[in-house]
Amino acid sequence: MAKDLLEIEGLEKTFPGVRALKGVKLNVRKGEVHALMGENGAGKSTLIKVLTGIYQKSGGTIRFDGEEINARTPIEANEKGISTIYQELNLVPYQTVYENLFLGREPRGKFGSIDRKAMIAETDKILKDLGIEVDVTAPLGRYPTAIQQMVAIARAVSINAKLVIMDEPTSSLDKAEVQVLFRIIRQLKEKDISVIFISHKLDEIFEICDRLTVFKDGEYVGEYDIDELDQFRLISLMVGKDTVTLERKKEGYGFADAQPIVNMKNIRQGMRLNGVDLEIRQGEVVGLAGLLGSGRTELAQVLFGTSMPDEGEVFWWGEPAHIHSPSDAIKKGMGFCTEDRKVEGIIPHLSVKENMTIALLPKLQSFGFVKTKEQDEIVKTYIDRLKIKTPSPEQAICNLSGGNQQKVLLARWMCMNPKLIILDEPTRGIDVGAKAEIEELIQELSKSGISILMISSEIAELQRNCDRIVVMRDGKAAGQLIDKDIDQDKIMETIAKGSESEGRVHG
Amino acid sequence: MGKTKQDTLQLVQKYSAVTLLVLFVLLNSLFTPNFFRLGNLNNIITQICPTILCGMGMTLVISTGGIDIAVGSMMALSGVLTASLMTDMGLLPSLFIAVAAAVLIGCVTGFMVGGLRLQAMVITLGLQLTLRGVAQVLCGGRDIYFNKLGDVGKQLALWGTYKLGGVIPVQIIPIVLAVAAVWVLAEKTVLGHQIQAVGDSLRSSTLAGIHAAGTLMFVYGLSAFLAAFAGVFQAAKVSVAAGSSLGQLAELDAIAAVVIGGTPMSGGKAHVVGTVIGALIMQMITLTCVMNNIPDQYAQVFKAVIIVFAVFIQREQAK
Repeated sequence: MAKDLLEIEGLEKTFPGVRALKGVKLNVRKGEVHALMGENGAGKSTLIKVLTGIYQKSGGTIRFDGEEINARTPIEANEKGISTIYQELNLVPYQTVYENLFLGREPRGKFGSIDRKAMIAETDKILKDLGIEVDVTAPLGRYPTAIQQMVAIARAVSINAKLVIMDEPTSSLDKAEVQVLFRIIRQLKEKDISVIFISHKLDEIFEICDRLTVFKDGEYVGEYDIDELDQFRLISLMVGKDTVTLERKKEGYGFADAQPIVNMKNIRQGMRLNGVDLEIRQGEVVGLAGLLGSGRTELAQVLFGTSMPDEGEVFWWGEPAHIHSPSDAIKKGMGFCTEDRKVEGIIPHLSVKENMTIALLPKLQSFGFVKTKEQDEIVKTYIDRLKIKTPSPEQAICNLSGGNQQKVLLARWMCMNPKLIILDEPTRGIDVGAKAEIEELIQELSKSGISILMISSEIAELQRNCDRIVVMRDGKAAGQLIDKDIDQDKIMETIAKGSESEGRVHG
Repeated sequence: MGKTKQDTLQLVQKYSAVTLLVLFVLLNSLFTPNFFRLGNLNNIITQICPTILCGMGMTLVISTGGIDIAVGSMMALSGVLTASLMTDMGLLPSLFIAVAAAVLIGCVTGFMVGGLRLQAMVITLGLQLTLRGVAQVLCGGRDIYFNKLGDVGKQLALWGTYKLGGVIPVQIIPIVLAVAAVWVLAEKTVLGHQIQAVGDSLRSSTLAGIHAAGTLMFVYGLSAFLAAFAGVFQAAKVSVAAGSSLGQLAELDAIAAVVIGGTPMSGGKAHVVGTVIGALIMQMITLTCVMNNIPDQYAQVFKAVIIVFAVFIQREQAK
């Protein structure tokens, strides 16, 4: 049996009012890929932050490579051989790729000047080794998130780390890029480097990990070999429920006669949208499938007025929509839960109450004053209805877990009595339990006559929830699948083959 | 659950400004003779007026994540404009024109910051220089003395020297009105919530349907509005409108009051009452030094220390 590289015992971490880690343990062997599993708020991210010196532990021991460590800063953890790739990339977009790779440990030439030639050559070599082809002298910000992620990984690898921590590394990668990442992870394994891997995508866990540790509500649940478990068993460990239904929630397509509420015709925008048609009918859940960069989010942004199309028309209930800003779209009865919840969703330091009612406020006033009583009632109603876990409505939303933040954002639109809610990756970074709740909610909304446009990279999720799925590819609608025809293989096929197979079909 | 270190820290953050103010009052009551004399308290009211008025506007501006360093020059512009127009037009019409001009300029500033996404610091820096220049041109390089302007000059001078019931300085009226209005705006109104939301996250707020440009136009317009009144009151107090010196460095006092009062420079939260306390602390420092024969230069240094201390206390904890 391989020797344990990392041994964490009885680790405690308390925040004001919250005990985030309640004496957890974690053992990672040399050269293994070890997954940390658990719902949001289970304590995975907190554990990582304690390990890497961002937070200070409140109790317990951490032994790394045979010695007890207590990193006070990320730099200290780095020096010990622990490298981290965070959920939010901590790179500098204005600096070049090579500068980012060597940030904080630039090689010195004579007289202490920075040796740029060496940096460029070394960066080129490291990235080529990893199979990434980029101009290393270009500013990093010019590349898509996926490439930036790869650079972050390359950076971690190049520090001669003994342990690389990857917190949701695949959340912004498409399938091909995930495979590149997995190839890199396997390379790390061969070099006897350990990897701690955090992801909510179970398929990935089963593909790449050797062992896993499950946490729940800041407590240690257990440690398992990947071979001992199947997906359902793992989910039930994380959620603490025995069974989780993962079957399709839809039966029969009942929207053939429903009124179309949105009609987008021949939408074009730069290189991103190349003439897309999209129709959404009342009460229908329409899914947008496709790879990263296929134009799914861009289409939603055009519909919601965050960006203008170069060409094409949008109709709302059959009338030209004239949407020039999000506030126009909101007035018409739309809501948009964006993909990047932290930057384009929550207003971080405002309370749950304010976040939930911020869009409703203009309707919740008399002579400019907020009707606080009604506001409080609405907030209370939705906190109960969506089972939002918050100590109080006055809590700053940034202190909530991802799943609860998402619920608040959903409530923000639900309380507006909308006609259409656009959900861009609604369950990204959200634990399995909250995920199931949000999916239930989608069905509830649909039943009450609210249309949903759902964008997701998880095909299974679309399959479970949608009445109709439009597959996007290269900024076009490559095909669509209705109700019974919805099938993962068919979706993949359409993505792969493009428009030849299905052509354009209207619902 | 017992109190942790962080809880204590939050408590310190919340009440640091009040504690400091109380400390100053105590200190003065012990060591400064005649501190509680009426004349002294009245002095505080008259002197603090421009800082409070500008500080109220500045509180909102800073809560949007911006800054308005043109308020001092705006004071000069409105003071000079009023003084130079009022002999022909009468006091109230000229005051109206001066304030309207200020609000217009403020709204344009807000549009540049919110609509065109230009840096508030740079725009208002440019404005600071421009307005100061315009004010000096308007008064022809000479100070306008109110006692040479006849009745209307006397009228305006009263705005700075009148005492309510023969006791309380007239400046108490704009102070109370401005603080009350801005407090209600920030805490109770839809617009106030939207202002702070924009300051916390512009992207998210826009996506929630808030017109960021409109919101910022209002905020910078209001800041200019209050600065304009501050200018007129300040000119009235000294009975002279001087383009070169009226309102000089007033923006720094206002910013300092806001910062000491606990409104974060990064935006998202407006502490209106905090700003009042901040302004009082600054005034208290000046007063303490003056009454104890400490040269004003030391007061400046001491203010600087307090400001740095305030920022230090309010620094965000590791996320």
